[in-house]
Amino acid sequence: MATESTRTRRGVDIVVRSIIPVVLALIVAAIILLALGKNPLYFYGDVFANGILGGNWQNSLVVMTPMLLIAVGLIVVFRGQLWNLGYDGQYLLGAVFVGGLGPQLAPIVGDALTYLITAVLAILVGAVWTLLPAWLKARFGTNEVITTLVMSSIGVGATSLLIGYVFQDPSQRTPQTRTFNTSDMLPYIPGTTIHIGFIVAIVVALAFQFILSRTSFGLRLDIYGASPKAARHVGINSRGMTIVLFLISGGLIGLAAAMDILGHVGYVRNNWNPAYGDTIMPFVFLARLSPLAAIPFVAFYAIFATGGTVASIDSGLSTDFLMVIVALILVFMTLTEYIGTKRDLGQSYLPDELRDAFRRPFDTLRTRSAK
Amino acid sequence: MSDLLTPLFISTFIATCIAGVMPLLLASVGETIGEQAGILNLGIEGMMLAGAYVGYAVTIASGSLWLGMLGGAAGGMAMSLIMLVLNTWLGLNQIVLGIAITIAGQGITSVLYQENYANGQVSITPDSWMIPGLSRIPAIGGSIFSQSGIFWLCIVLAIVVASFLARTNWGLSIRAAGQKPSSLDAAGGSVMNTRSQAVLLGGFFSGIGGAYLSLLVVGAFTPFMTQGLGYIAIVVTMLSRGRVWIVAIISVLYGFTQALGAAMQLAGVSIPPQLISMLPYLVIMAVLLIFARSVYVSPVLGAPYTRGAR
Repeated sequence: MATESTRTRRGVDIVVRSIIPVVLALIVAAIILLALGKNPLYFYGDVFANGILGGNWQNSLVVMTPMLLIAVGLIVVFRGQLWNLGYDGQYLLGAVFVGGLGPQLAPIVGDALTYLITAVLAILVGAVWTLLPAWLKARFGTNEVITTLVMSSIGVGATSLLIGYVFQDPSQRTPQTRTFNTSDMLPYIPGTTIHIGFIVAIVVALAFQFILSRTSFGLRLDIYGASPKAARHVGINSRGMTIVLFLISGGLIGLAAAMDILGHVGYVRNNWNPAYGDTIMPFVFLARLSPLAAIPFVAFYAIFATGGTVASIDSGLSTDFLMVIVALILVFMTLTEYIGTKRDLGQSYLPDELRDAFRRPFDTLRTRSAK
Repeated sequence: MSDLLTPLFISTFIATCIAGVMPLLLASVGETIGEQAGILNLGIEGMMLAGAYVGYAVTIASGSLWLGMLGGAAGGMAMSLIMLVLNTWLGLNQIVLGIAITIAGQGITSVLYQENYANGQVSITPDSWMIPGLSRIPAIGGSIFSQSGIFWLCIVLAIVVASFLARTNWGLSIRAAGQKPSSLDAAGGSVMNTRSQAVLLGGFFSGIGGAYLSLLVVGAFTPFMTQGLGYIAIVVTMLSRGRVWIVAIISVLYGFTQALGAAMQLAGVSIPPQLISMLPYLVIMAVLLIFARSVYVSPVLGAPYTRGAR
């Protein structure tokens, strides 16, 4: 029986467990900053100033748009215990079709139709790029971690090829696609400088929250994630499920690319790779694979990334310092989860074998002294 | 085309090939030990970068390539400690930790490089051992038999690992820990110790693989210099199912595609460079499609071992 008080306690527990890793990571990052001879308080203040203050929160929300869509795309497959790690390839291929076709399409068919066509195209491209790993996984059980990573590398290369040989802007010397006219890009939400892609992302997150928690598809997905064998037993087509989950994931990542290019970037440059997926991954887990909970976490990281990029440059650091913080969050997240679970079960924090290993020297000491 | 096949050309071709083979071979050997013991280490990219950076820093500080390689090994092993403590000992999720190691390796080395070497990069010239007699053979003398001593040491290390894995009790324990840890436990072996050794050795080999790349192939460290080589190593490992000689064959094939791409550009055949860099991945995908049925992955790969759990 879940009474009101135990439920609130569990809720508090979950919130604490989600926030502790972030706090610990920020503390350790501050120590690293000190070791590098930088002032961590200045750094974090700079992050806050450039991520939120003034109009900067609007930039952060623009950056958040593709991140949130990718987060939802990852949540869907991760819930099925499948690993789609090919997000970079799916994202870039989707983006290059939007950047390659959109700017020429807009004057012919009008803006609204351009948005629709390119977004659908990007969704399709992203989804198709997951098809081979999904099929191999469903048919032969081939490890999808490896196939998606390989397909991602092929996708990144194919993007570069497409820019070089198909979508090259003839008026530019650098390898890049044509650029959208500012007037052809996604309109702003009135009164702000945030494009409406942000609303799309929020709506998608809420829609998937509903689908995953309130529909039979969500229930079937959770059964499949818990145990594909059990799912087959209760009549769920687990092969079909594998493929559907991958297609949804790839499609959402394609949509993220479309929104980012249409609303924010406007073109695709060769060797451009924002690699959102890697940095978003910890927050997807901290949100416990819930699209709704992902919104604040992704917002936090978007602010941190926007402010942190400027702050790193101000402190004379490489912007890759943000990756260190993300890695720290991942490590502390798994650690916090582990300690929390062990505490709930009332067990020791050490596994049996390790505890024995620690105890053994003392035991030998004791037997020796007894003699 | 035939006038291209001069001894000098062949010599350059073989040298390029070796430069492509060695980092991948070393990293794949490290990953093979880990995978045989039941640990799928996705952090290999991060460990290689750490090895490459530490190797570079130590070589500049000490002036010795050999100390640099040792430093690279230490760098790789330091990164693998994350996997050792959090996965092998505490049983936390390998894939998440692997990604964490990769991101941490990329981030830390990039930040440190920017701090220490961004203005005024020092390049390193590899030493070469002219093997008496053999190094005078045209074509292969100038390439194979004039490599650095480190090259020979790495080859020996790979052969030692191969024979240890295949022929000793230690190798059997490693494989048991990856196939059926409970039987290793029942036989009186320690799954945790065995896996710990495998993880550390994985870090060691990834580290020297990275250091080989920065010291002997490129001659300098640049951020993100591995460019996905670690992921190729993971696939090579998976395809070779624990047999180091197959790892060697696939690595040589990879090096061959790299050298072929460079040679074709020299010969004036215009192939998009993107295609050449994609080639290994395309080959891997084709191989996976053809041999999909026979790619065997141990059921306990990636699962932490808890005694008594079913």
